[in-house]
Amino acid sequence: MLRSLVIVCTLFGAGSCVIAAQASVRVEAANLQGPRPLEEQTATAAIRDYLQSWKTLGSALEENRADLLDRDFVGSARDKLTDTIQQQSKLGIQTSYRDRAHDLQIVFYSPDGLSIELTDAAEYDVQVIDHNNVQTTQRVSARYIVVLTPAELRWRVRVFQAAAL
Amino acid sequence: MRARSKILLGLLVAASAHTLLAQGSALTVPKTVEAGAGFSIQCAGSGKATLYIIGTGQVLKREVQLGETTLFPAGSLYNAGRYLAVLAGGATGTGEFDVVPAHQPANLSFLARPSRLQVGLHDGITGAVYVFDAYENLITVPTQVSFELSGPSGIAQTRSATTRDGAAWTAMDSSAREGTDKFVARTGGIVSTRMIGQVPGDPCSLKMNARQSGQQLELETDPVRDCSGNAVPDGTIVTFTEAYNGDESTVDVPLKRGIAKVEMPAHPGAIITVASGVALGNQIRWGR
Repeated sequence: MLRSLVIVCTLFGAGSCVIAAQASVRVEAANLQGPRPLEEQTATAAIRDYLQSWKTLGSALEENRADLLDRDFVGSARDKLTDTIQQQSKLGIQTSYRDRAHDLQIVFYSPDGLSIELTDAAEYDVQVIDHNNVQTTQRVSARYIVVLTPAELRWRVRVFQAAAL
Repeated sequence: MRARSKILLGLLVAASAHTLLAQGSALTVPKTVEAGAGFSIQCAGSGKATLYIIGTGQVLKREVQLGETTLFPAGSLYNAGRYLAVLAGGATGTGEFDVVPAHQPANLSFLARPSRLQVGLHDGITGAVYVFDAYENLITVPTQVSFELSGPSGIAQTRSATTRDGAAWTAMDSSAREGTDKFVARTGGIVSTRMIGQVPGDPCSLKMNARQSGQQLELETDPVRDCSGNAVPDGTIVTFTEAYNGDESTVDVPLKRGIAKVEMPAHPGAIITVASGVALGNQIRWGR
């Protein structure tokens, strides 16, 4: 269930916007490579599920609970986040990720329909807590490359990788 | 021992070639680190402090001596992503840097579709690849990928594509001959293979012959083939229709050993036709 109600202005118009209660979301017109047309419903579902995955990621890293990842992450994305949670637990660290803004664009829809790749110019706050002491809170900007694959009920994040904007 | 230290220092210097004086000026962090490579972070000041490296891909914590360079040996950070360096304790400061994927591909995620299709279909086979390094990081710099579709008789088609954001795709025609083809994606010495079954298409043309046997006509087709000359599989339905004196009777017969056979009444003046799928065969008017 979405924690915040997402209001979609227009999903596919260039420079369209979506506003979430916590994070502002902008969806650029898709710049697709590949022969398969992307249906609006498919794009909407993939973006909705990706935005939900940020909430899941925030909770999992804050509570150091890898089991929370299962709903939204799969494959190497899940494995890497699980490793991070294990490292945090071992070191007595918690991190709090709060997404503030997303600028999204779908860039690839594989011909078999089994993966969608999108880019996200994201802004988020990271708080570092060591043995219950807050060490810092930083605003970070990064360009995420995300690959989603369909599961029974939703799109799950399979690749979740950031670089400088 | 001294030589090993020199090599390590050399690697660290290379990794730190682009360094940034971080916010608060107590930290100097590299701008980028290649996944799995060693690197160093300089912490200004004196005394001791705690250095945190924080990302969604990994988390590290080190007790550091301020005023000295903290060395992170090869293999310390291997998951690509944006990382925060946070100094706390005796001094404070923060910095950001990126761990970037290694340049050498080590793994291809190759999605080929379908696994079975008819021969002779234009762009009937598609393949998509994602290129990863040895640490399962998506290599995002443009990378050349070649695709080959080959059958038992050799390479039938080749294509090449350059990845964009780590992904590339291609489309191939299914070949003219039935059988199993190898669909190969290749980059930087990494090969991934999928098998594609190619089956005959629909009948292309039909020809039947008639022979009287008592009060019956024995109708039999020639071997049924698709437009590429492949034998159409047994079980494909062939329909014989006999029209006589305003009545019409129809018999559906599956192909057996490549041909269809049926017996129908030998009415003088009857018109007999044969069809399968969209292919219409010859017509016979049985003599009076």
